[in-house]
Amino acid sequence: MGNLRGPVPDTAPVAARLEICLWRRAADRMTTAFAILSVVLVLAPLGAIFGYLVYRGIGSVNWAFLTQTPKPPGESGGGMANAIAGSVLILAIGSLMGVPLGIGAGIYLAEFGGNRFGDMVRFVSDVLNGVPSIVIGIVAYALVVLRQKHFSALAGGVALAIMMVPTITRTTEEMLLLVPNSLREAAYALGVPRWRTTLSISLRFTAFGNQYWNWRLDQPTAALPLQIFTYAISPYDDWHRQAWAGALVLIILIVSAVAAVRFVVRRGTLGGVA
Amino acid sequence: MGVGIRVENLNAWYGKTQALHEINLDVQANHATALIGPSGCGKSTFIRCLNRMHETTPEARVEGKVKIGEHDAYDGTSATKLRRRIGMVFQKPNPFPTMSIYENVAAGLKLNGYRDKRHLDGVVEKSLMSSALWEEVKDSIHKKSGASLSGGQQQRLCIARALAVEPEVLLMDEPCSALDPISTGKIEELIFELKAQYTIVIVTHNMQQAARVAEYTGFFLLGRLIEYDKTEKIFTNPSDKRTEDYITGRFG
Repeated sequence: MGNLRGPVPDTAPVAARLEICLWRRAADRMTTAFAILSVVLVLAPLGAIFGYLVYRGIGSVNWAFLTQTPKPPGESGGGMANAIAGSVLILAIGSLMGVPLGIGAGIYLAEFGGNRFGDMVRFVSDVLNGVPSIVIGIVAYALVVLRQKHFSALAGGVALAIMMVPTITRTTEEMLLLVPNSLREAAYALGVPRWRTTLSISLRFTAFGNQYWNWRLDQPTAALPLQIFTYAISPYDDWHRQAWAGALVLIILIVSAVAAVRFVVRRGTLGGVA
Repeated sequence: MGVGIRVENLNAWYGKTQALHEINLDVQANHATALIGPSGCGKSTFIRCLNRMHETTPEARVEGKVKIGEHDAYDGTSATKLRRRIGMVFQKPNPFPTMSIYENVAAGLKLNGYRDKRHLDGVVEKSLMSSALWEEVKDSIHKKSGASLSGGQQQRLCIARALAVEPEVLLMDEPCSALDPISTGKIEELIFELKAQYTIVIVTHNMQQAARVAEYTGFFLLGRLIEYDKTEKIFTNPSDKRTEDYITGRFG
């Protein structure tokens, strides 16, 4: 084993050299095999979940499921359209509040945060990132729900925003720090002010259920995860089927969102030119 | 047209380390001035003081007087305004990678708020011609990104980008050190032509290059300007023993 590193000495006997070669080949094979096995183990649960969701849910995903609101228990049919729309609405509210705040804080940390206050912001943001979502839910409950006296899409959006901010902040900071300093200098040397350089060069880059449609931000709003949960623990077979369908739709939405983001980002980096 | 530069009693620091000591030097308008000297002698720091890039480094500090033409660089006017009058080309080509060739050249004007497309088209073409890149890229200025060009082309793109804001002075910090001899030759020819319109200060480690392109040469050592004279004099009959030792290759 000690011979794995370093060149095989020419003076070594032929048999010894052959043995070393075999050892190296075996070690190489084992490492490769281990890497492939790890990839399979990582991907398997995702594949299994997606496959099982398709198997159980695909039969119940139809036009009615996507466009109709839930029917009372016992009646068949109906769908989760309101929950799908609610999810989108809450996500929109959360993003509207969380994204600008997170990006702003990220810019501050990357461009001006090389001091003790910056370190403090980083620490607080990491702590916030580790706070369990249920705790953030309670904060949103206290901040919004108690004041409004009922659950609302707004409350869901606020909770989501609080969860988003630390992730967006640190991601933005990391992204900006990856921008080579030579590009900043190029912009400064052209007489471009610092704020403009940051923006144009460096950045190039709890709601509770509702049976019905809701577009009013101050009213209780359905969301897919909650509706799936409610349906899954219900005693009705029809609702179980719909829960599977809802889970499938949810995961398809997530996969398409991630794919869309990747597509846009890729166009942004290569494209700039388009 | 280029303007002269007058530097009086210039001192510069990085934190507590003094990088430049009492530099006094007059740069002639519309000539090329080369700065030579071993690594770490303060040449780059010196030219970064001329366009106030030095102060973008954390804890960096400057004292003394720099006059660009009639204007005092450190009299309280904004550094960004000053930098629009002084173009800078860096050691490693640094085009904006997400921008097309056109956008790279137009960047200085666009980011400073110019929007007139016809004017920009004209400036881009003229700048690329001045940097001798136009013929090679004219069919793809919108299609190709700045980063897709070869190293030598990228450097000429960066020169075009610096020229587009119509500066009076062009600072070049070892512009050829990352380039092959053919690209280097092109840049040197370019410097010859650009002298007619701009005052050029070039930092170089290549003494032949200094001799080829510059009328005046300054020799820096340990943060001091040891000797500053006509290039010919520096390379044939230097007055200071240390200059002679350096150009004959005895140290550095």
